[in-house]
Parts: sequence; structure tokens; C-alpha cells
Amino acid sequence: MKVSYFPGCTLNTTGKGFDNAVRASTAAVGVELVELPDWNCCGATYPLIVDNMLELAAPAHVLVTARDEGSTVTTACTTCYNVLKRTNRFIREHEEEQERINAFIEAEYGGEVEVKDILHLLRDDVGFDAVQEKVQVPLADLKVASYYGCMVLRPPDEVAYDDPDHPQSLDDLMAALGATPVDFAHKNECCGAYLAVSAPDVTREMVYTILRSAQAAGAEAVATNCPLCQFNLDKQQVEMRRFHAGYQPIPVFYFSQLMGLALGLDVSDYGWERHYIDARPLLNERGFWNGRIDG
Amino acid sequence: MAEAERSFSKRVLIVGAGIAGMQAALDITSAGYEAVLVDRLPSIGGHMHQLSETFPTLDCAQCILTPRTVDVGRRENIVLHVYSEVEEISGEMGDFRVRIRRKPAYVNWDICTGCGACTEKCPTSITVAFDRNLEMAKVMRSGKVRLEGTNKAIYTLSPQAVPRKPVIATDYCTYFQKGKCRLCEKVCPVGAIDFEQVPTWFEERVGAIILATGFELYPLEKLGEYGGGNLPDVIDALAMERLLSSSGPTAGVMRRPSDGKEPKEVVWIQCAGSRDPELAMSYCSKICCMYSAKQAMLYKHKVHDGQAYVFYIDIRSAGKRYEEFIQRAMEEDGVLYIRGKVSKVFRENGRVMVWGVDTLSGLPVEVAADLVVISPAMVPSEGIQDLAEMLGLEADRFGWWTEAEGNLAPLETRRPGVFLAGAGIGPKDIPEAVSQGSGAAGKALSLLSRWSQVEAAEAE
Repeated sequence: MKVSYFPGCTLNTTGKGFDNAVRASTAAVGVELVELPDWNCCGATYPLIVDNMLELAAPAHVLVTARDEGSTVTTACTTCYNVLKRTNRFIREHEEEQERINAFIEAEYGGEVEVKDILHLLRDDVGFDAVQEKVQVPLADLKVASYYGCMVLRPPDEVAYDDPDHPQSLDDLMAALGATPVDFAHKNECCGAYLAVSAPDVTREMVYTILRSAQAAGAEAVATNCPLCQFNLDKQQVEMRRFHAGYQPIPVFYFSQLMGLALGLDVSDYGWERHYIDARPLLNERGFWNGRIDG
Repeated sequence: MAEAERSFSKRVLIVGAGIAGMQAALDITSAGYEAVLVDRLPSIGGHMHQLSETFPTLDCAQCILTPRTVDVGRRENIVLHVYSEVEEISGEMGDFRVRIRRKPAYVNWDICTGCGACTEKCPTSITVAFDRNLEMAKVMRSGKVRLEGTNKAIYTLSPQAVPRKPVIATDYCTYFQKGKCRLCEKVCPVGAIDFEQVPTWFEERVGAIILATGFELYPLEKLGEYGGGNLPDVIDALAMERLLSSSGPTAGVMRRPSDGKEPKEVVWIQCAGSRDPELAMSYCSKICCMYSAKQAMLYKHKVHDGQAYVFYIDIRSAGKRYEEFIQRAMEEDGVLYIRGKVSKVFRENGRVMVWGVDTLSGLPVEVAADLVVISPAMVPSEGIQDLAEMLGLEADRFGWWTEAEGNLAPLETRRPGVFLAGAGIGPKDIPEAVSQGSGAAGKALSLLSRWSQVEAAEAE
């Protein structure tokens, strides 16, 4: 299966390891991701100002490029997914604005392309059963809490492909990889997002609530599909013990890192060195690790 | 054909034997005419039959309702079709033909004495809609706690049910599912159990129709943020009525479903699905402010050291002695009112965590509760659409009956001879439903009385 792929800026820079893991692990289950030619920024946030078409120009341009390449475009960045998906729907449902956007970006586009999050594609087009069949190293007894954040769930009628209150797709993927999914109450709670910049203490407490709840439910690792969530959940733990005595950090994985591992791929370029809480010792201890532990 | 030449039926069909429908039937028969009363449940009384006490007087609902249900059950000019549904309606005012389907009860009610031996001996516990499908903790001999339904596979709705005759829930009955058991048959002293019973149909001719179809509650399953019906200690308001009711599954002793413990911190959440145009219903369900104050009050009367919290948007207490009742809940019973919505309800360490906001202080609120009671939106009963099609009537986008004219003909429909009453038109409380029952009966009686006069004049 060939699908157009929009990496977005995060996966092209700080999230390169996530990108490598996504490309390799999807290839291993028969999905060829074809990077969009000459892609640009998705716009980074979906504008909440109703009459500012300018902010829709960037994502609209991405969608036009995608339309020229195929019927579906996928992305592994949840923020890009959220912006592209909502822009696409806006264009499709607003005739007048559609004309203005088209005039601005010099295109004829009516929202034809389908924007699909990579996890959605894996669930519905590949199938977790098919993923399970390809597993070489089952992540047996690894207790993983799946964390979805908000970008693929809200607003539900615009972006959700899973139950917005009780999402399950990432848990099901973890189960397919042989891990033990751990259910917890805050899998869709806010990670603090950009408050990490303006109010880091608020973010820290939000992260603490999420991770404490996951650990109380028995999790020894967290898997997420969102780069910003991964960053917040991972980094905020570095100083957590200063504010919450006795706090024990746990690794926060991109789901694709665990997928690559379980599929028996070479995971050396999955960005392990960028984790604030080193994820490798846990994997090594359990016998899942196949790369170098240092560096 | 001249009006007088038609033979007008001076009987009235009433669909729904809740408090509105029963009132209509009583008024029509008190005037000397005949009523045909249909309900899909095995017993009459509707939702009021489920309630503990009523606001603002704290009357025991069963105590004031039972004389009514008994009266309805005994009146010779009320033809009662329970466990039945209207299947077809044809004809017109003065001459409607109604086809009614009665579901098999698998018990011959003509000989059943209502002794209850079958229910007592039935080995299969089931959840029933009448008890809001509550499952209550039961301590087994091994010491383990198991959740169990509140009724049996052969059951009557309550000890005060009218008629007090049982039905078999075939989906759960061991005999119907596995072909063995027949214990009820063995213990029945009069041989009333009839596993071969089939549906029966009745044809009734009536001159007018009153639709008193009532309401249901918006399902907890659709309120994902409040646990989506998956948390045993998050229940809806009617379930709370059952727990508070002395004829309910706990005999009125305050216990929570998951472990049978007495809940010390109880949270009520208002406007769950009501006043929520984005996700659910845009309208106000009107009765929740009052019954939640009543429930919180009753809870405090049972658990003196308990704390009751009510999260609300604003308090709507428009009604005679209603505002005073709310004040009493706050001042005399110490119910803590928090103005704000609840964003999330989840389970943690055996408690039900409630995250909300206090919009007066502007601060987030977290309550570690033992029990959470949701006030879901009132929604129309199922099947209104079918009835609407049979009668060529309209329901609004939520499914409430559309009145002929909202201001001056609120109990009439566009169809001559078809009237409305009760909560099938929209959310309302007991006194309003009763008033409408009488109102619709009055409308129907005007027709019957006129037809009687016309016929009397013809006869002279």
C-alpha cells in the first residue's frame, strides 16, 4: 500500500527518531510512505479566529499538494493531523471561504483529499491483526499505559476516529505488539501543551497527574502518538522529584519505537538519545533491546 | 353522512399508564364513559412508581400513588391492556380502530393469584429497567463480592404493582435459554405458568385518543465524560430514586452499588445532556433542580454524617413552594451547592473522582466521592415515531409531541380527536402531568358528552 506522507517540522527535526521509527515500522507491515514533494509548514495551530483566512493558507497548500499526489495523505504528527483535518473540512463545508483561500494560494481545491492519522491508518487499513502477525519480539509482560493527548480526539466531530472519552486504538496496538495495555483515567487528559513555555509549573502538575495515575494503575512505561505530549511527559519528569518526593520516573515511548522493536527492526536511529528519561534500560532489562545502550 | 348517523364510540384510548394517563382514565370513567388504557410495562404507574418521595412536600410516592393504581385496576369501565403495545390505528375521530398486541407473559394471569412464590424460588437474578438495571454488591459465602441484578427472571415490578402478576424475562430465564429448570412451574400453587403462551391481539374501537407516552432518561452510555455507564457507583437520578425508595432494592437503606457500603460523600451532577446544544439536548429538563435537592435532602436524612454536593449551572425552582424547598436543602440539610459544570468523572482507589469548576471562586474543584448521581436530560419514550406515523402526527427534532398550538391548544394535536398529556410533550413534573391528564380528559369528555347529547336528541 502506497500512501502520501506529510512529516511536518517536528518529525523532520527534534522528532527525527519518531519519523525514522514510523517510516521503518509501517514499511515492515506493508505501507510505503511517500513523502509529499516540496511540503511546507502545516500552520502549527488551527486558527480559532473565524474570519482570518490567511492562517488557513499554509495547511490548504499542503492539502493541494497532497491532492495532486493521491487520495489520502497521512501524518504521524498529531498536531499536523489536527490542523490539516480541520482545515480540509472547513474548506469542504464553506464555499465562500473556499474561493478566497483558493484565490490566495492560486489553486482549485474543494477538500477532496482524505487526511488520516497514521494510527488510524494502521488500525483500519493495515489492521492490528496484520501487525500482530509480523511481530518478531513480543513485548511480553511490558505494562504500557497508552496516552493519546487531545489532538486526535478533539473536537470529536471534526477529528476523532476513536472514542474521545475512552480511546482504545493505541491500547489495541500495544496488545497486538504483545505488551499488556494498562487502562487509566487520564489517557485523554491535557499534557499542558504549550504551557510548558509560559507556565512550566502548571504543565508539571498536569504531567504529574497523568503519570501518577498511569503508574498507580500498574504501568511501567507510557506509549504516545503525539510528539508534544511525548516531550512534556518525558521532560517534566526530570525535576519531578523536587516537587513530589519519592517520584519514580518512567519512560515515555513513541508508539512507533515499540512497534519497530516488536517487529524486530534495527532501532538504532529511533532517537533514543533524545529521551530525557532513558528508555533503554527498561527494554534491555526485559530483553527487548537490540541496539547500543550508550550514545 | 350526517354526524348523527355515525355511531360514535364513546370510549377513549389512552396510550401510557403513567400518572398523566391514569388521571385521564380516572376522569373519563368518573364521568361515566369507558377508557382503554394501554401500557408496555407489566404494571401501571409509570415513572412515579419508581420514585421515593415527591417534591416539595416529601410525600411518599408509593403511598399517594398506590390508591390511584388500585383504583385504576379495579374500575370496571377501564379496560386495562398492560404488557401491550399499540400496533395499528385506523379510522377517525368517533370511530378509531386500534390493534393492540399483548406480549406473552408466560404466566396465565387469569388464574395467577400473585402470591410471588415463583419469583422467590427463581434461581436467576437479573437486572431490570424498573430498577434502572442496577447491579448491587452481594457478599458470597466465600467472602467475595459479586454484583447482582435486583430482580428475578420471573418478576413483578414491585410488591405494590398493579396488576401484581409476574412475567418471564425469556432472555435470562434458564428454561428458555437452556431448556431446563421449570422451577417456577413446580412451585406455582395454581399451575399458572405457561411456557407455551403466545402473543395475543386485541381490537378496540374508540372515539378519541389521548397520548400520554411519557419520558425516559438520556442514557449514561452517551455521557462518556461521566464514565459512559461503566462505573458502578455513577448512577442516574432514577436509580437513586430506587436506592432511596423503601420498596427499592436496598429497602431504602443507603448503599452504593459497587460494594454495598454507605456512601459518605455524594455528588449530584446537573444538566447532563440538558442545556448542551453542542453534544446533546439544547433544552432544560426542568425537574432536575428540584428532584436533586430532594434526593440530597433524603440522603442527608438517611446518612447524617454524609456530605451532599450539587454541581449546577443555575437553579431553576419556578413552582409553588419550590424555591423554599431549595433553601431548605441548603440551610437545614447542609447540601453544598457548587455553581459549575463537572468535566470528568473517573474511578481511582475505590472512589469516584469528580473534577469540576466552581465558577463563583473561579477555581477547579476535585471531590473524592463515594457515589455520583447524574441528572440526565429527559428524553421522549421510545416508539413515539411509530405512533406518530400511525396517526399522521408530528414530533419535534428531539421526539417530543408537537402541540396543535403551543399557547392556546397545548393538549391538542392537528388530528381531530387525538389529545396529548404528560411528559411526552416535553419535560414536566408530577403536578403538571396530572393537570394535563385531567385537561386532556376534559377535551375528550367534551366530545363524548356532545355525541351523547346528539344521540339522545336523535332518539327522541
